[in-house]
Amino acid sequence: MIEQILTASVFASTIRLATPYILAGLGETFSQRSGVLNLGVDGVMLMGAFFAFYTALITGSAVLGVIAALGVGLILGLATAFISVTLKAEQGISGIGIYLFGLGMSELLFQQWIGTPKSVTGFPDIFIPGLSDIEFLGIGEIFFQHNILVYVAFLLIPLSSFVLNHTTLGLMIRAVGQNPQAADAMGVNVTRVRYATVAFCGVMAALAGASLSIALLKVFQQNLTSGLGFIAVALVYFGRWRPYGILAGALLFSFVNAVQLQISAIGLDVPSEFAVMAPYVITIIALVFASKQTEKPTALTRPFERGE
Amino acid sequence: MTSQPHRLAWATALLYRAQGILPLAIALLLALIVASALLLALNASPIEAYSSMLRGAFGTENATAETLVKAIPILFVAIGICIAFRGGVTNIGGEGQMIAGAVAGITVTLALAQAPGIVIIPAAIVAAFVVGALYGGIAGFLKAYFNVNEILSTIMLNQVAVQLMNFLLNGPLLDPAEAGANHIPKTARIAEAAELPRLSFVLPEAVAGIFGTADLFGRTRLHYGLVLAVLLAALTYILLWRTIIGYRIRAVGESERAARYAGIHVKRYMVLSMMLAGGFAGLAGIVQVLGLQYRLQTDGSPAGFTGSAGFNGIVAALFGGLNPLGAVPAAIFFGGLLVGAQKMQRDLEVSASLITAINGLIVVFVVSSQIFTRRITRRQQAALRERPPIPEEASA
Repeated sequence: MIEQILTASVFASTIRLATPYILAGLGETFSQRSGVLNLGVDGVMLMGAFFAFYTALITGSAVLGVIAALGVGLILGLATAFISVTLKAEQGISGIGIYLFGLGMSELLFQQWIGTPKSVTGFPDIFIPGLSDIEFLGIGEIFFQHNILVYVAFLLIPLSSFVLNHTTLGLMIRAVGQNPQAADAMGVNVTRVRYATVAFCGVMAALAGASLSIALLKVFQQNLTSGLGFIAVALVYFGRWRPYGILAGALLFSFVNAVQLQISAIGLDVPSEFAVMAPYVITIIALVFASKQTEKPTALTRPFERGE
Repeated sequence: MTSQPHRLAWATALLYRAQGILPLAIALLLALIVASALLLALNASPIEAYSSMLRGAFGTENATAETLVKAIPILFVAIGICIAFRGGVTNIGGEGQMIAGAVAGITVTLALAQAPGIVIIPAAIVAAFVVGALYGGIAGFLKAYFNVNEILSTIMLNQVAVQLMNFLLNGPLLDPAEAGANHIPKTARIAEAAELPRLSFVLPEAVAGIFGTADLFGRTRLHYGLVLAVLLAALTYILLWRTIIGYRIRAVGESERAARYAGIHVKRYMVLSMMLAGGFAGLAGIVQVLGLQYRLQTDGSPAGFTGSAGFNGIVAALFGGLNPLGAVPAAIFFGGLLVGAQKMQRDLEVSASLITAINGLIVVFVVSSQIFTRRITRRQQAALRERPPIPEEASA
């Protein structure tokens, strides 16, 4: 039974399904490292997913779909920044508001503009020459036969880690999240840094949504993400605010997803409800284990007030 | 001399109230403006849309009753959210807690099928409250003792509850009459004795003419859940502002550190706030079953049973100023919005999911407007500090 479940194709879909978790999780990492908890990620993902899908459906171009998603993500990211940085709104509840907005809006536009379930061609799989043919342990199939967004997501991990840990920009982001008063005294513009990270978070969330709607599933439906964005936020706690931690968490969750799909595909006698439930239960357990939170940015969820 | 400051205190209190309501009104107005822009972008006239919604929500006796019916679960959830948010715990788990309560309640109801209503109904309600409270308590416990973000844990617990309910409704709790390959996931019907009675108002002849009926809501689905909800809203107001427990809950919400210095067992009160919120959501679940559907059923989707009341309750609580009494009109308003949107969808062919988007905007605007309220309070406090203290005038 085990060899029926742990096939090369399951590991390949583990890699593929990790994409939205990685993209959304990395964006959220930047936002939280600068001290802003962005809980609207799931709503922004849905909006990104819808606009990518709609654009790809109308124009036939997946690239234009991604561009549309990035635009929507930027707008919603800036709106989130305005709400949580400028208006200093309570970040948890306002995030739920953004989630509800994205949930309702993406469904409304889907009903008005598309109506019936359709599918798009989306991004094709790219076989990396030479590497995709490796048959040893199925390495070629597992790692080198994916669509472009999968490669982008995995390349963004070392890049994000480098930016956060080895550049002036990364230092500013971490300083603003750790001790905004001190950063301000050193001449860092706290507001501008937080606007940048929260906007980036929006862009990444929308890209994560696009990766679902035009690269992985190639369909759009109401509540397409079913809470994936919230799991991505939880991943940031689980990954201890580090890009490589996000990678580990994302692979754990996508592995659970892949196994769940495989179990229902081969028709094992496990009630499907428990398989669907698994990622959410694991998230809660992961949050408990990640609860020490010694590396949590000190100023997380705290709006910055000069001269407090 | 004594009457003068008293009259002033009255005026100040009134002004204070107005300051509380004004940001809410502005938030609503902004949301309506954005919604109008959306409607225009979708080639629908906002005025037609709003008038269609208004007629759909309150246009007839039956429409008004449906609005109130829709408001009942929202109000139950909102009462609990008032307690949770006042206690400093952000409970987003209304959906899951509703389901937990409904599952527990229907199990008790079906087990006691032979008992008289006076036994079944209270037993089911207590079971729903307790199990809803325990389900909410999980997130409270994890927050208090393991520092787990309760927003994330409650959202995850919502999904878990939906799947548990789907499992139970497709197996152990499935209506025996439905068993088969293509069954609808639902329990058996509850005994007639277990139904919450319908609610109607017998009008004196003088006013009967105005409403065009002598038995208002007599032929509608309105049920006694409304009375229970409003009663509990009043009791919760008393709990929060007139008892020590309520004082401590609010103290923890205002400032965890100050509460700790005052000797309040902060963790215990966090769990308590969360449990009360879960209990009220559980009531929302069982009242839907006993008062309206007469069985527990779903279409398998996350909101299949709850109708998103767990989320709408949050919006209503915020819009009611996190005051259970304010939540009563707020819940009716959002009930009307949902019922009215159905008519708008039929009349103008604009999807009712517009309401979800508007609800999100209202949440964002209400929470964002708090910066202005805070600023006003700070200015008032500064002004008070500059004035010499008046020994006679109480700060209340």
